Amino acid sequence: MSRAEAPAAGTAPGRAPARRRPGGLLRSELLTTFRRWRTLALLGVLAAVPVLFGIAVKVETADGGSLGGGGGGGEEAGPAFISQVTNNGLFLVFTALAATLPFFLPMAVGVIAGDALAGEANAGTLRYLLVAPAGRTRLLLTKYATTLVFCLAATLVVALSALAVGAALFPMGELTTISGTRIGFGEGLERALLIALVVAASLVGVAAIGLFLSTLTSSGIAAMATTVGLLITVQILDQIPQLHAVQPYFFSHYWLSFADLMREPVYWDEITRNLGLQAVYAAVFGSAAWARFTTKDITA
Amino acid sequence: MDRGPSADEDKAVGRGVDGGLDEGGARGEDEDAVIATRALTKRFRGGQLAVDGLDLSVPAASVFGFLGPNGSGKTTTIRMLMGLIAPTSGAARVLGRPMPESARAVLPQVGALIEGPALYGFLSGRENLMRYDAADPTAEGRTRRARVGAALERVGLASAAGKKAKAYSLGMKQRLGLAAALLQPRRLLVLDEPTNGLDPQGMREIRSLVRELAAEGTTVFLSSHLLDEIEQVCTHAAVMAQGRLLTQGPVAELAARARGRLTVTTPDTADAARVLKEQGVGDLVTAGDRVSGEPPGRDLAEVNAALVAAGVRVRGFGLERGTLEDAFVALTGEGFDVAG
Repeated sequence: MSRAEAPAAGTAPGRAPARRRPGGLLRSELLTTFRRWRTLALLGVLAAVPVLFGIAVKVETADGGSLGGGGGGGEEAGPAFISQVTNNGLFLVFTALAATLPFFLPMAVGVIAGDALAGEANAGTLRYLLVAPAGRTRLLLTKYATTLVFCLAATLVVALSALAVGAALFPMGELTTISGTRIGFGEGLERALLIALVVAASLVGVAAIGLFLSTLTSSGIAAMATTVGLLITVQILDQIPQLHAVQPYFFSHYWLSFADLMREPVYWDEITRNLGLQAVYAAVFGSAAWARFTTKDITA
Repeated sequence: MDRGPSADEDKAVGRGVDGGLDEGGARGEDEDAVIATRALTKRFRGGQLAVDGLDLSVPAASVFGFLGPNGSGKTTTIRMLMGLIAPTSGAARVLGRPMPESARAVLPQVGALIEGPALYGFLSGRENLMRYDAADPTAEGRTRRARVGAALERVGLASAAGKKAKAYSLGMKQRLGLAAALLQPRRLLVLDEPTNGLDPQGMREIRSLVRELAAEGTTVFLSSHLLDEIEQVCTHAAVMAQGRLLTQGPVAELAARARGRLTVTTPDTADAARVLKEQGVGDLVTAGDRVSGEPPGRDLAEVNAALVAAGVRVRGFGLERGTLEDAFVALTGEGFDVAG
């Protein structure tokens, strides 16, 4: 049970009643996280990926020809989109998200989530936050909320960078969906935003796992490394055909289903399954993190 | 505030005299003790018994010295009082409420410096304090900047407030940690080794700050392994060794428990030593022109008369007051710096 969460039944005598500003800690947490050099470096790397992609495609197609062999079927969403980039820069957004979702994005989230509590414990700042008193549940929720904000920020950084590069290097305009129908540029942008949101939501599970691992140790590096290691392991296991019975339960299994948003009409089945799976992971590992963190001896 | 420091002081001293070594004496008055523990015990998972049946009672408005060698369980006790560690058994009350259950109600009224300062190196001193203040749900956001400024001023860091904390010296970090404990008016300050890393000037400043706060009615719970420090600022003290409480009470009383030594200053040290021995003074030590020893049971005036009668020229004659260190050595039978 939580032992730091008894309701604040009274305030100090002689002090004005507390005016609660629930956003105070979250704001501080966001500022602290996004001012960290490491966070900015991660976002910088993510912003660079679409730039590299854009330049690579541009160079490859500089002679006026199309991208050789890119349209192959078996290679998931990335290559399917990449062949379209030269026709429409907007496809660079989809390509970049498809390319970063399997590894770069979750790795960045794993770093932030893994460090969330373990890093504070390592620096000793955790004990001061707790005697402030931040409240263990409140601090955990704040950390998770901040990690989710980072998921969204990281995804948007990739998407916006890709959009900018796409607009700079390639023509923009009407686009063809995977189903072969044509949609206007405006609707295409809407789809791109929707896809970015779905991609961000796909990271919710990894964020919860990272936060749980972060409650187990006082070493930020250990928590980050374990989260990223787990991510790689699951990605590999997801490729082994013999394991197909359990693969639907892997948090990464339906990640690339966001491509279905580019169908006309949109095929929601796997997207819903993905979001549901992320919610389950968030609930399970969130509860585990709470159970662990609220009863843990803080000796660091 | 109706807590007149001097009135409380008297009461506290009175209790100490009654209670003395017998913790039972303090039990009935746990309600107005700022910190009260009952058989508080912590056994870590490795099986190591860090704190063993601690019965601590810290009177209101006292400056309470928590003394013990490194590794004696002081910090573990403080962590239990602050709700960071759950006790294995026993109970702790802080400001009259059970910990760690009432942490959210109690801790906003407590400022703490635990095992040295911990800061965000990439944030400035001011930003560090803003963050710690934001962590307190009872702290008002509107007054945050002003309170942070006042706390920085109070510890003498106002001019370095904009510097990144990683560029701070250990002494400056310690001051910033203290400032974090002073962000709000507190009823209790828990300072774990507050003068660590400070130069003598810094130590003096901390001591005067502690006195100032105590004069305002704040109870100060000060852990240290420096006997000097405790003796200079504390009204009360407790001594821990190997996880157990050896004694607690007013400092004057603890020091008095160590028997003073009779010291005679004379050019005739050899004669003086002989006469003193005849008068029943034990453990005689001659150093320069001073002869000292354990005072005998009889009236010291007679001892002095005997010296004079024997023709010893006496320049000085007196009983040297026992120090806390003597008390500690008497209690533990060992030097102070031995880790438990």
